[in-house]
Amino acid sequence: MAMDSAPEAAYTSTTAHLAAVAERQERIRRTLEGGLAQDRRRRVREGVITSSLFLAAAISVLTTAGIIYTLGIETFHFFQRVSIVDFLTDTQWTPLFTEKHFGIAPLAVATLLVSSIAMLVSLPLGLLAAIGLAEYLPLRLARVIKPILEILAGVPTVVYGYFALLFVTPLLQRFIPNLQVFNALSAGLVMGIMILPLVASLSQDAMLAVPQSLREAAYALGATKLEVVWRVILPASLSGIVASFILAVSRAVGETMIVVIAMGNTPRLSFNPLEQMQAMTAYIVQVSLGDTPHGTLEYQTIFAVGATLFLITMVLNLLSFRLLRRFREIYQ
Amino acid sequence: MTGTQLRTTVGTDTEFQPRLPLRRKVGAVFGALTVVAMAIGLLTLAALIVDVVRDGWTVLSWDFIRSFPSRRPSEAGIRSALIGTVYIMVLVAIIAFPLGVSAAVYLEEFAPKNRLTSFIELNISNLAAVPSIVYGLLGLGIFVRALTLGPSLIAGALTLILLILPIIIIAGREALRAVPPSIREAGYALGASRWQTVRMFVLPVAMPGILTGTILALSRAIGETAPLITIGALTYIAFTPKSLLDPFTVLPIQIYNWVSRPQPAFHQLAAGGIIILLAMLLTFNGLAIVLRARLQRQIRD
Repeated sequence: MAMDSAPEAAYTSTTAHLAAVAERQERIRRTLEGGLAQDRRRRVREGVITSSLFLAAAISVLTTAGIIYTLGIETFHFFQRVSIVDFLTDTQWTPLFTEKHFGIAPLAVATLLVSSIAMLVSLPLGLLAAIGLAEYLPLRLARVIKPILEILAGVPTVVYGYFALLFVTPLLQRFIPNLQVFNALSAGLVMGIMILPLVASLSQDAMLAVPQSLREAAYALGATKLEVVWRVILPASLSGIVASFILAVSRAVGETMIVVIAMGNTPRLSFNPLEQMQAMTAYIVQVSLGDTPHGTLEYQTIFAVGATLFLITMVLNLLSFRLLRRFREIYQ
Repeated sequence: MTGTQLRTTVGTDTEFQPRLPLRRKVGAVFGALTVVAMAIGLLTLAALIVDVVRDGWTVLSWDFIRSFPSRRPSEAGIRSALIGTVYIMVLVAIIAFPLGVSAAVYLEEFAPKNRLTSFIELNISNLAAVPSIVYGLLGLGIFVRALTLGPSLIAGALTLILLILPIIIIAGREALRAVPPSIREAGYALGASRWQTVRMFVLPVAMPGILTGTILALSRAIGETAPLITIGALTYIAFTPKSLLDPFTVLPIQIYNWVSRPQPAFHQLAAGGIIILLAMLLTFNGLAIVLRARLQRQIRD
């Protein structure tokens, strides 16, 4: 009996087993092909989620397109009424007067002058601070000082404007009696302090990315700390440092409230930092504060100035990113 | 060949002067210079805070916070500006946070490595460095004029959202990148799909970093003046906005308005406004630090 039933049981269990195996294989096959309803649902959900996430990322492209479109179309209208040669070569900017001149030069020179002053402050100080943070200070102290320095970058620019107009200018007037109330010097100095943390932070990152082995090799050859910094760290992180400088220039060119408050609103072609003048951004704010109807020439001028600003900063930004990418390729 | 090399080495060896004391001295001077550079930054920050507090301390009172701006400095306050800033902040936060995190998740977790993705990435880095006033012109052209929203609360909020989105995205991506791959692999090993892995495994770990980045971006939005002036936000307003389409003002614009007047009494009001603004920003950043610490502890437990 037992001898008879055993093969029979084995036989049935084998069929059941085979059926189970076949079913499982079928299930795996359908899962892999996405045939199961549950699995299909999951796939659809994943697809929907992925595409909505993609749309969120695509907003950035739309933003750039929007900027180029708005600036482009109004600038186009502007250049239909004002010749581009006048825009680039005229030395006067008087769109708000009865005798209109549309030379960007006074605004551009003012922006250039105040940015240069800011760079004279922020580049050496920022680079020195970066070297101090990356190489000289003990790690613990650097971790405390860096965030405090970065508060400088978080202070609203209107506050810096207040500081430049009501603290720095009166202070400087004690030493430079012919300094005007509105001037490029205080605006530039304060802007330089504002940008300092940007330079310090990015340059420090570049220096920290230099491999430790390079430092050790230089020390092993008997170099002092300064020689390691000067001959090894700085050359090795140069493209990162230059990238931070360029980004700083781009920041300075686009800075608005400091120049509006402390540098004045008179567009004059001048290279004297003790006098008042008007930067490109300040002009946009000045017109925006008034009531300029849509479609007028004044309305179009701010877009033409804005387009110039956007072009300058975009070229600087892209240059900076390119340098940074090359730098990352070397060490990462 | 080796002989000559050896001889030259020996030759230079005898001429070699380490001059170590001099080199160390120059090094120490340079080290001191780096400290001076940092000190200049820190001292300026200190001078700024002391100057503002000294100028504005006297105007701070409940009346200053409760009153509308006025032509008479003694009666002027920041009520409309403060309420406008709070409205803008809430609007920007509830729209920009989900959008920014979604974009960061897409770029870090889902995006294929192709030309389109690297174009979007480059584009976002560039947008983060575009001057804020250009966003103001964008808002003026698109939201105020084309969508005919006028210089309203919602137009201001949308402008600032576009301004801080790149910052949130960059901070979010950094936080996501810091999540170790083993966490993702754990999710996949349990049979979770990509989105399930991101939602249940990756995002909770990255959340402290994302929130900190978002709060920092929001504090940037609170301090912005130029783009809101450009879209036409009012500088003098004696009522509070009732709907999204009402005109508005914010604290930095009110401060600018007071700074740009010649009378010293208004400058004091500006300093008072700055104290409130800086206090708000400080609270915000403190909140970011506390939030980060607490969330990090939860994840470790």
